Parts: sequence; C-alpha cells; structure tokens
Amino acid sequence: MTSTESRRASRRQVLKGAGALAAAGVIGAPAISKAQTGAIKIGVPTILSGRVAILGQTSVGGLKVVFDKFNAAGGINGRKIEMVVRDSKGAPQEAAKVTRDLINNDKCEIILDAEASSAAFAVQEVIREIGVLCIHSNSETSSLTADPKLHVPTAFRTARQGIHDAIGGGDYAAKIAKAKGLKKWATCSPDYAYGRSNTAEFMEYAKHFDGNIQVVEESWPKLFQPDYTEVVTKLLNAKADAMYSALWGGDLVAFIDQANLYGLFDKQASFMVNLGDYGVVDQVKQFPQGVYSGGRYNRTVPATKENEEWYQNYVKTQKHKPTNWSWENAVAAEFVVEALKKTDGDTNGKKMAEAIKGMTLRSQFGTKGTVTMRAEDNTLIDYIIGYGVSLSKEPYVADFQASAWEPIIELEKQWKKKQGYIS
Amino acid sequence: MDLDALLRCVGTTSCVVTQLTSGMIIGMLLFLIASGVTLIFGVLNVINFAHGSLYMIGAYAAWTFYQLTGSYFVSALGAAVAVGMLGILFERVLMSKVYGSNVLMQLLVCYAVVLISDDLIKIIWGPVPLSMGMPPEFRLPPIRFMGGVIPPFYLFMILAAMAIGLLLWLVIVRTRFGSIVRAAAINGPMVSALGIRVNLYYAAVFGIGSALAGAAGALAAPVRSLTPGMGFSILIESFIVTVIGGMGSIVGAFVASIIIGLTRSFGSIGFPLFVDGVMFLIMALVLIFKPSGLFGREHR
Repeated sequence: MTSTESRRASRRQVLKGAGALAAAGVIGAPAISKAQTGAIKIGVPTILSGRVAILGQTSVGGLKVVFDKFNAAGGINGRKIEMVVRDSKGAPQEAAKVTRDLINNDKCEIILDAEASSAAFAVQEVIREIGVLCIHSNSETSSLTADPKLHVPTAFRTARQGIHDAIGGGDYAAKIAKAKGLKKWATCSPDYAYGRSNTAEFMEYAKHFDGNIQVVEESWPKLFQPDYTEVVTKLLNAKADAMYSALWGGDLVAFIDQANLYGLFDKQASFMVNLGDYGVVDQVKQFPQGVYSGGRYNRTVPATKENEEWYQNYVKTQKHKPTNWSWENAVAAEFVVEALKKTDGDTNGKKMAEAIKGMTLRSQFGTKGTVTMRAEDNTLIDYIIGYGVSLSKEPYVADFQASAWEPIIELEKQWKKKQGYIS
Repeated sequence: MDLDALLRCVGTTSCVVTQLTSGMIIGMLLFLIASGVTLIFGVLNVINFAHGSLYMIGAYAAWTFYQLTGSYFVSALGAAVAVGMLGILFERVLMSKVYGSNVLMQLLVCYAVVLISDDLIKIIWGPVPLSMGMPPEFRLPPIRFMGGVIPPFYLFMILAAMAIGLLLWLVIVRTRFGSIVRAAAINGPMVSALGIRVNLYYAAVFGIGSALAGAAGALAAPVRSLTPGMGFSILIESFIVTVIGGMGSIVGAFVASIIIGLTRSFGSIGFPLFVDGVMFLIMALVLIFKPSGLFGREHR
C-alpha cells in the first residue's frame, strides 16, 4: 500500500482540480450526431443537460412534431429533414462552437437556435459571419431582434419577446394594482440578460399604466441557484405589497417551495410570468393562492379543438407535456417548412430569409388563428400572450385575459424610439 | 453596494433574527456536504469531486422513498443509508483504484461518475424538475421570534445537521472505530501491520462521507427542486468551505459553513452583487494568511 504521505495531494493540486472541474462543467459534449446524404440537415444547438434539460427536450419535441409530419408526407423534392441536435449546456462559448461545428463539420444548412438567451447572442454572431438561415426559438430578450446593431438579415425569432410580455403584463398588473392598492413592489429575477431586461421592461410598463407603483426592492439570484433563503428573507424584510418574478423552470419551483416556508405569498400579491408552464405549475406541491401567471403554453389557451389536438398529439408522440418552448419551436419549424416550399427546397440563407420575412402562417398559437414574422425586425407577432390566475390543478389557469396586440405594437414603437433603436 | 440597508437591518432585531437563521440554514446544509468531503480527504487523501452527485442522488432517493412510504423521516434515513452504500461501492470499485494517483486522475474518475450519474438521473426520473413538497408534519406557519421569522422545517434542518455533526465528531474522537480511522489517516501501513484490515475502514469512511451527502440531499429535497446536475453548484461552495475550514477538519468545516452562510445571508442585503466575490475573497485571505485553513493541520 502507498503510504499516506506520498498520497497526500497538495492544496495547489486541489484548487487546480476544482478549477478543472468547474471548467469541465461548462463545456458540453456532443449529444446526437447523425449524418445522412441527401437529407436537409438542420442543426439545433440547445441545452440537453443540467437543470434546464427540459428546455432542450421540449424544444426538440416541438420541432419533431412538425418535421416528422413533413417527412411522412415525403419531404420536398425527395429530400427529408434531418435534425442534428447538440448540447451546449447553455454556455455561450460552447453554443458558438457547437453552431460552427454544425454548419462546417455536420454540413447543416439551417440552424434552429433553441438556446436560452444566455447563449442565443453568441449563436447570432456566428450566423452573422456564415449567413445561413437561423431562427431563434427560445430567446426572449428583446434586444436580440429589436436592436438594429444586432440585426442579422438571415436571423429570425419565433420566441415570444420580452417587451411584448412586459407591455401586456404591465397593463394587467397595473389594473390589479389600482384595484388592490398595490404600490410598493419588489422584484426577484435571475441575474442574466433575460431576467434583467424582462424585469426592467415589466416594471417600466406597470409604472406606465399606474403611476403610483414604485420598486422598493430588487433581488437578482443567480441562474440555477439552488437556495433562495437569503433572497426570500430579503423580500420579506422589504415589506412590499406585490412582487414580480421572471424566475423559470426548476428555479421557480424551488423559489416557491422556499418562499412558502416564510409565508411570503400570504403577505404580498405575486406576478410570475413563467409559472404557467407544464413542468413547473404541476410540480409546485404547496400551491400559493392568488398568484398571477403569464400565459406560456396551456392546452386551454386558446380553448380550441386545434389546440387540444396539438396537445394530445404532442403528448402521444413525445411522451411528455409540451411547454412554452414546444410551441415556439413548432412555429419555427412551420416557418422553415413553408419557406422550403416557397424556395422549392433551396436552403440558401438569403432565399430562405426572403421567403420568411413578413410571412403569415395559420397557427392555433395566434390571437386570430395566425402568426406573422414581422418584416421590419424579423420577430414574431400576433401570438397569444396574457395573464391569468394560477391554479394548482388542471387547467392550471383561470380568468385568462389575452392582451390586445394593437396597444402592444404602439407602445413597442415608443419603447424602440426610447432605446434609440428607431428614429 | 447598499451598506445603508445592511446597517438598517443590523439595527433591527427582526431583520437580524431572520438573517441569522437564514445564514444558519444555508450554512448547516453546506456543513453536511463539506464535512463529507473533508472527512474523506482527511482519512483517504482523495478529493471526491463526485460528492455533489451523491448529494443529488440522496435528494432523488429521498423523493422516491417518500413516494413509496409517505414518511419523510423514513425517506431521509433511507436516502442516507442508500447513498452510504452506494458510496462504499463507488470507493471499492473505482476510487480505491486511484489512491496514490495524481489528483487529475482522481478528477477524471470523479467527473466520469458525475456525467454518468447526471444522465442516469435523467433516464430514470426524467429531465423535468421534481419537487417533493413540504411533508405535512412541517406545513406549519413560521415561528415568530423577536419579530423575526423562522420556518419550522428550517429549524429542524439546523438541529438535524448539528446533531449529525456532533454524532460524527463523537464517533471520530471517542470511539475505537474513530481511533483506528485517525491512526489510518496518519499511517495506514502501520495500522495494517497491527492486523487491522485498513481497506474496510477506508470503505467505511467513504460510506459515512457519502451518507452525509445523501442526508444533505434528503434534507434539501422538500425545499429545493430536484434536477439532473443539481449537485454541481453546491459542490463548489462546499469546496470553498473545506478550504476555509482546513482540509480534513470537521470543526473547520462547521465554522467555515457558518461564515459562508452568514456572508450570503447578510451580503444579500448589503452587497447583493458581490456576495460570491466576498466568499472567494475570504477563501483567498485564508489561503494567503493561513494556507492550511482555519482549523487545518500544517502539512509537512
């Protein structure tokens, strides 16, 4: 046996090891890579591991439902679609690397960027260089498509946009604030691009619609933080009338569980834009009463036959419930399929972009049965957004109030002017 | 920086009580994990980088036992025992093969276990975050003390972690088992020459360290969402605790856990954007002025 002294690791080695482990944690590994000659290869960088693996899984589910149908119908000119899905773990540098690999090595002709905002900006820069068609299907950070400095002609977004949610949600929150006298507000959102911009925009429009609202406390827990105790006690000490949170996924479930222990929800009204997702709302065991939630994906919103059929088909084929990411990706896939039909299967980035720009699709996720890819900034509009009261059981939402798009478009214009995005 | 808010909090009893207990809650859970890391290092001189995975498996095991039995206490105990046994298996099959190897070899083995366990969790329980929910016996209104708020479950967590820590200390310091383990930590071959099967003690220590991680996972399960990879972030903090307290020192892990817990608790009010920075700053200062850690032995 080796002696104890000779086995002793130095502190420097320990720290080196810890550092290497940390680095390894943010470096992803390829997940699925299948090459097939003749197929139209679509690269999908996404998150398949770690705490938000649900994002990748349900995004791919949304894409598969559409592409499987397209392939079953024979594809286009005999060419079928083949997805090449890779795990970036949500790390920007890895997402950029994976996207380059997908295009250069796996010969993908189209990129469906199913990354969260933390990595979508990195993917956008790769697309700027290479020029293939890219649809961002999950990033909700407004500036990605609203800021002209970031504009890439072949990049689009089918994800909902933070500013749209903020205007609709701000209007809804202000009405409740006026009715209930909620003046002092606190916020608790994840500390990265999406959490920061979404929260700032929501509060800006809540104040726009109700001038009495003031923010008295802000908390910025880290993304994927396991423990929220200090955040909850900080919010408790703030003694606010209401709270807004853009936490999502498992982070939101953990926050609610921990905040419940302190009775936080008994002391204030709460608005949580991301509570409505399946996989979140059905995981909260001690459901707080009277929490307001943004509309994500719900089988009853809209309460139409088409939506229920889509839900049933998704659950049957993918073996799990769809999320907000599922419909956003399904819409992205529909745009790709329609554009391929228009270009007769030509996947050239410019031609595909021309086909998609301004395109209106029939969709059960649209307010009037359609969604449109707005030509001026390559972003989706007319999809269903709104707020309702969260329930602990099916249908998980009551009194859902869909936001009207006309005021959203008008206020979005003013917001863009204020940001210097348009003159 | 919002030092005014911090001063206001320190001047209010209710805020001090709430933040103090908040710091203890964060600290005690960290202590359970870090004490396992430090125990294994102190005796076996290996750094178990897969300790976070054992914490994760403990949480999932507790969730599963809870679904089966409906009893939180049985689930917590079952999770600790199950992870302890898994730890013994891990030590015998893998870690014992890299004793004496370069630390990077140990890291490689552990990282493989981390990846495999994350994927297995995803396959068995799925990628969707799971929530155990608060057991009915703890669904009580928070306790009010001097204006501060203390959730009953958190009080239980603090007391349970302290009791486990005390038991661990008594076992190591006051029992024959502990004496042999301490002797083996200093000179394994000598203990072996006395006719004691040191390998069994190594496996037992690894099992105890793993059971501590399992217990921490079970204690966290009712209040933290269960997701594949959940052990990673807590592992980094537990390494900070281990380095500050001194590698191999259980008392050091206890004190350092409280320091980190209070830093996070009061830091979230006074310097919310620099809490992690302060934690690493404390670690850097300890490494500069007392490289062996607050309670660590000097290595010759």
